[in-house]
Amino acid sequence: MWGWFHKWSSPRWFYQLSGRLLPWLAVLTALTLVAGVAWGLLFVPPDYKQGNSFRIIYIHVPAAAVAMAGYMVMAVAGAISLIWRIKLADMVMKCCAPIGAALTFLALVTGAIWGKPTWGTWWVWDARITSVLVLFFLYVGVLALYEAFDNKEAAGRACAILALVGAVNIPVIYWSVEWWYSLHQPASISFTGESSIHPSMLRPLILTIIGFYSFFAVSLLLFVRNEILNRERNTRWVRELILADSKV
Amino acid sequence: MHPLRRQRLMIVLFIVMAAGLAVALLGYALRQNINLFYPPSAIAAGEAPVGRDIRAGGMVLEGSIQRAADSLDVSFIVTDYQANVPVTYTGILPDLFSEGEGVVVAGQLDDQGVFRASQVLAKHDENYMPPEVSDALEKARPEG
Repeated sequence: MWGWFHKWSSPRWFYQLSGRLLPWLAVLTALTLVAGVAWGLLFVPPDYKQGNSFRIIYIHVPAAAVAMAGYMVMAVAGAISLIWRIKLADMVMKCCAPIGAALTFLALVTGAIWGKPTWGTWWVWDARITSVLVLFFLYVGVLALYEAFDNKEAAGRACAILALVGAVNIPVIYWSVEWWYSLHQPASISFTGESSIHPSMLRPLILTIIGFYSFFAVSLLLFVRNEILNRERNTRWVRELILADSKV
Repeated sequence: MHPLRRQRLMIVLFIVMAAGLAVALLGYALRQNINLFYPPSAIAAGEAPVGRDIRAGGMVLEGSIQRAADSLDVSFIVTDYQANVPVTYTGILPDLFSEGEGVVVAGQLDDQGVFRASQVLAKHDENYMPPEVSDALEKARPEG
């Protein structure tokens, strides 16, 4: 178990493994996103009340779901780097922030675009929408805090603490529509009972959700590989890698 | 586990628990203010302040919408099937506004118990289905 753990924490080993994994994940991302979006936008029947405007669900829901899951990845990576001082965990934490911020922004913008015709307003300070805005600020906060330190080790520790404290926001977002009266509707997808979205609309949604998760994984691996090369640029294996590349 | 790492693990758990406790207390203290709107039964029970900007939310009672013939004035009743609140509004209503649908109105309660709305928002529920399915459900529903 510990041997496996140490192997995982080696940037060099991670670089090699992620290189083998990336093409498969990229293909999975392209297939699920293209199929899910085409199916959702072109072939699924319109909603009985909202007509065609409901189709933004195929972007909005996956973006919001992965933005929250990505935050948990960031917080767990932060905890690992705090406890075990593993450099790779610190890199993963740092690299989650820009991707998560972009996805949260996408969820907020698509929600506003849908809210205008459906609710009659772009924005309302209800519990769900406000807590997602806080999520966006947390991501941006981690990004800014990391850059604010000259000492990268101190930066990593400060960001990990911020990420851990902010993790409280994730259950608040998730259950905000149950705990308080809000304008945002409760979840349509149920893991335990029957979903309140018709199966013909749910299937492409599941595809795009898988696609967004896979997109997050691809972007995270690319960001982390970049970070590894940057931080380990003075090591022998990176120099050998670059020399081998330049010969081809 | 190395004692130093165990100590750091404890610190991490402490941070998460302290943050969770702080947010739980904050949510408990603000529990009324985080609600976006008052349900009609709370307004009927006198929990909502009169003459202050508040929101009320519920369903538009079927058969209660009355439009003025010569202006954009509209009046309707918001209900949670326990209490009713009469609402007046002047302006254009959102697409999804109709009888039997969810609605959130912003405005002030006057001393007659009438809600003078300055904004009407349609509240969408979590149901998504194609029109044919909703027609079939409508037909299958027993009369009355």
